[in-house]
Amino acid sequence: MSSVCRRAGAATALAAVLLAVPGCEREARRFDKVPVAPDARARAGALASFTAGPPGRGLRERAAAGGYDERSAWTLAQGKRWYRWFNCIGCHAQGGGGSGPALMDAGWTYGKTPGDIFTTLMDGRPNGMPAFRGRIPEEQAWQIVAYVRSLSGLVPSDAAPNRGDELHGAEPEELREPTRPEDKR
Amino acid sequence: MSDALDAAGPQAAWIARLWWISLWLCLAVFIGVMAALGLALWRSHRAARTAGDAPVRKDRALRVLVGSATLLSSVLLVGLLEVSVLTDRALERLPRGDALSIRVTAHQWWWEMVYEDARADHVFATANELVIPVGRPVVVTLEADDVIHSFWVPNLHGKKDLIPGRSTTIEFRADRAGRFVGRCAEFCGLQHAFMAYDVVALPPDRYAQWAEHERASAPEPQAADAVRGRELFLTGSCMLCHAVQGTSAQGRRGPDLTHFASRSHIGAGSIANSPQALARWIEDPQKLKPGANMPSHFLPADDLAALVAYLETLT
Amino acid sequence: MAEASSGLDAQAQAELARAWSDPPTFKGWICTLDHKAIARRFVVTALLFFFAGGVLGGLMRHQLSEPGKTLVGPDLYNQVFTMHGTTMMFLFAVPVMQGVALYLLPLMVGTRNTAFPRMSACSYWIYLIGGLTLFAGFACNTGADAGWFSYVPLAGPEYGFGKRSDFWNVLVNFTEATGLMLAVDLATTALKMRAPGMSLLRMPLFVWATMVSSVMIIFAMPTVMLGANLVQFDRMAGTHFFNPAEGGDALLWQHMFWYFGHPEVYFIFVPALGMISAIIPTFARRPMFGHRAIVLSLIATGFLSFGLWVHHMYATNLPELGKSFFTAMSFMIAIPSAVQLFCWIATIAGGRLVLKTPMLFIAGFFATLMIGGLTGIMLGSVPLDLQVHDTYFVVAHLHYVLIGGALYPLFGAIYYWFPKVYGRMLDERLGRWQFWLLSIGFNLTFFPLHVLGLHGMPRRIYTYTADTGWGPLKFVSWVGAMIEDASMALFVFNIVRAVWKGRPAEPDPWDGPTLEWAASSPPAPYNFERIPVVASAEPLWSPPASGPRWVAGLSTKLREGLVTTVLDALPDVRYLYPTPSPWPIVAAFTVGFWLVWSIFSNKGMLIGLLPPTIAFIAWYWPTKEEADAELEVEKRP
Repeated sequence: MSSVCRRAGAATALAAVLLAVPGCEREARRFDKVPVAPDARARAGALASFTAGPPGRGLRERAAAGGYDERSAWTLAQGKRWYRWFNCIGCHAQGGGGSGPALMDAGWTYGKTPGDIFTTLMDGRPNGMPAFRGRIPEEQAWQIVAYVRSLSGLVPSDAAPNRGDELHGAEPEELREPTRPEDKR
Repeated sequence: MSDALDAAGPQAAWIARLWWISLWLCLAVFIGVMAALGLALWRSHRAARTAGDAPVRKDRALRVLVGSATLLSSVLLVGLLEVSVLTDRALERLPRGDALSIRVTAHQWWWEMVYEDARADHVFATANELVIPVGRPVVVTLEADDVIHSFWVPNLHGKKDLIPGRSTTIEFRADRAGRFVGRCAEFCGLQHAFMAYDVVALPPDRYAQWAEHERASAPEPQAADAVRGRELFLTGSCMLCHAVQGTSAQGRRGPDLTHFASRSHIGAGSIANSPQALARWIEDPQKLKPGANMPSHFLPADDLAALVAYLETLT
Repeated sequence: MAEASSGLDAQAQAELARAWSDPPTFKGWICTLDHKAIARRFVVTALLFFFAGGVLGGLMRHQLSEPGKTLVGPDLYNQVFTMHGTTMMFLFAVPVMQGVALYLLPLMVGTRNTAFPRMSACSYWIYLIGGLTLFAGFACNTGADAGWFSYVPLAGPEYGFGKRSDFWNVLVNFTEATGLMLAVDLATTALKMRAPGMSLLRMPLFVWATMVSSVMIIFAMPTVMLGANLVQFDRMAGTHFFNPAEGGDALLWQHMFWYFGHPEVYFIFVPALGMISAIIPTFARRPMFGHRAIVLSLIATGFLSFGLWVHHMYATNLPELGKSFFTAMSFMIAIPSAVQLFCWIATIAGGRLVLKTPMLFIAGFFATLMIGGLTGIMLGSVPLDLQVHDTYFVVAHLHYVLIGGALYPLFGAIYYWFPKVYGRMLDERLGRWQFWLLSIGFNLTFFPLHVLGLHGMPRRIYTYTADTGWGPLKFVSWVGAMIEDASMALFVFNIVRAVWKGRPAEPDPWDGPTLEWAASSPPAPYNFERIPVVASAEPLWSPPASGPRWVAGLSTKLREGLVTTVLDALPDVRYLYPTPSPWPIVAAFTVGFWLVWSIFSNKGMLIGLLPPTIAFIAWYWPTKEEADAELEVEKRP
């Protein structure tokens, strides 16, 4: 094969690789994630402890430390699975809200950073958001956090989930754009 | 060891019979054609050593041979077709009177079995094991929760796919007691390799005992660490996905654990069931079955021991 | 016997050479429309993909050689087996058969080039870009991982998360576009550009096989393209074609895929049958026995292959009686194959055997394909299939039919036609070693899998436990795979050495009957100095006894050819071939850019259509030189 062929072939291959390089992060499936900390479930208490937690405070430092990953399609898909399994739909529907606030709009009562959402999930909030600390392992909680952010189009679109295989009318998360211009990626 | 030719029921026996007929027929055809080829090659090679360019064999003789070989092949194929259709018909004609009715739902990557009954309070659920009475037909309703799976117990019958959005049935009967293996036979994702279930055929009286036992709720734990283990189970994350009848744990996302300790495997065939294996499984299922939907729980040693002690009481 | 002088004088020969030459160096390489150059690219690229797929297969064998091996985890294993199947089926088997046909067809029918050379040039680049895109994805952990058949819902929007299945769906677009373009080109050439006197029944059997498989491709490939695009819409645009909750159907994909998928194995098998029909008469030193019967069998195989697809779906809940009809059809297709086998045996029996390497591979084909075909009959029966479907029994069957029915004839064809393509002979002794190593290795690898399937081993599992008892046979299988690897290494060595310093070959080293042996080795860009006239199905063994032997009067200054009628190949129209052009490669790159963009963006799917549209319009826009040349020829033929 002539050197011309080789150069052309190499150039094509390089171009193709560059196009797909972000795939490494997007397709990562890390099964050995951060384990649940020993004291995490200690505060769970009895079954009746589905009570609202203190407003606006939480382990932001801890939340910022590890576990959040919005680049991995597997993480987001698992988050979508837990959203369905753990009945977030009960109050938040498919993101449109009901007895709980909508999750797919621009309004974030308690903050939209991953740490804020993690705190909301783990410690609960006033007006009815239960505390799931000790119930939902942290690893899965971070996956739910990532998914909740995808409901408002705040994660990379090539990793966000597309439509679910069930009855629903919502627009797939992958096709959502952030409502506020400053949130656009 | 699972084996399609070691039939423990009438359907597998019919299919095994068809297998042997086909095998001998195909072997005969293979030997015949290879012999003809060998003969042709030999004669042709011999003819090549004689001089000349003219065609060697009379085409008329060859026409007769080819024609009759084609005719014979067609007759054999039609015969095999008839045997195949008759076998298929026999498979469908299993007498179904007094059949046991079980509803199987396949999930990624475990099997949910619900034993149905006319009386609602006699319905019970189990997972990753199928216990059936010897000599009684079983009608299994097959549904899938997520992707396409396939239900296959080679010793008893062929396979049937479980397709989301469709409900179908498979009927079979075990004619001898024994332990068999069932496997998922349609690629279903990361852990298709570990989606097996134990199939146990028991004599009718022992089956009745087993069913009676399964209907009962989980016994009250007596030992202190088992009691503590139950508290951990109910106040931690276990109850979000698993159910133990007789407690407040009613999760439907993972296998029902009411009589977990009497099962022979954990994780749909991932590992044999034992207290040590259970501890390893709870701590880090991802090591044994990477990609499974059960998260890791790195508990302190005494908590883990208590949890295992509780689960071991769920016989 | 080589062509006697066609009577062209030196000036006419020089003009012809100049008219058919390519622009110099790099520009010529990109713009060439010489079917031989394009075909060589296809075959070499396909063989490279074959070796890549083989490495993946070896990895699988290694991972499964012992229970509980941790060479590869489940995620990577799923990508490996999907890439192996996809590469072998889409990127090797069909393109290599079409590539060989692209090289031989014009030579065998006695014409200068295929009917639409720019289309086949474009199709190569589309194929290359598609294959590289898939492997680039694999290199970045985005290899397709839902099986080569990509069933929904596993490959659908919810369970096929990430971009892996998107790469697969887009690959289907690439390869099916390539296949369709080549099929149209080859079928048209075979029907309309044969040498005068080459009526349909005098057309070589290899050309018949190519034509039948091309027509099959035209009918079957659009189905899978459509299906893959519907899955893409589900994945990218939120449609519900395959979502049962919203009225779609998961089984619809299986129908669409297998309606293509079953004929696809015949796109691979039928050209191989043609290769065998070309090789046997030469080495039996007599015309093919039952020429007409073989033609009818090829056509029957083509038709019947469209009626078998449900035998891949016997385990679903389709009606049982309906499934039995497909059993009947699956058995029925064995009959035309049997007719061909018997005619070949009769040809050998009635001839004088010359046992060279090509014939050795044909003998290997008989044994291997028979085993595969007979296990195929077993699989055609519904009850038996219900036990062995989706087990290693099917893996064994499919490799016996693909390697026996396609790879052996392909190797035979390579040994047979290599002298024509490169003007050098391949080494006979190395060829024999390759044959025996392949046969031993292949049977060791795949025969035990029949037993494993009956012992309950399902397909597509990344590991198994020791108590299954599957370990020993799996180990044997792995040893066999390594022997096969050795035979492939020998093959590559033989080829490289022959190209570099092999024994020079005459135009007709085997004394073959068909027209390609009348051209030089390698053939000139214009194939033949003058188009030959044909009077029998073995033109070189029985040249025309009376009447003209060559076509006179075609221009040597322009790229001119002859179009003949379909049935009797009577001269019909003079045809000006297209001249070298960069538009095919440009169009291919714009198509590639569009399809890759559409993986990541719906906007891309729409906006990305613009560059290909412009490229294709520019491609077909007549240039002043072309228009002037055509006018000149009309005025003064």
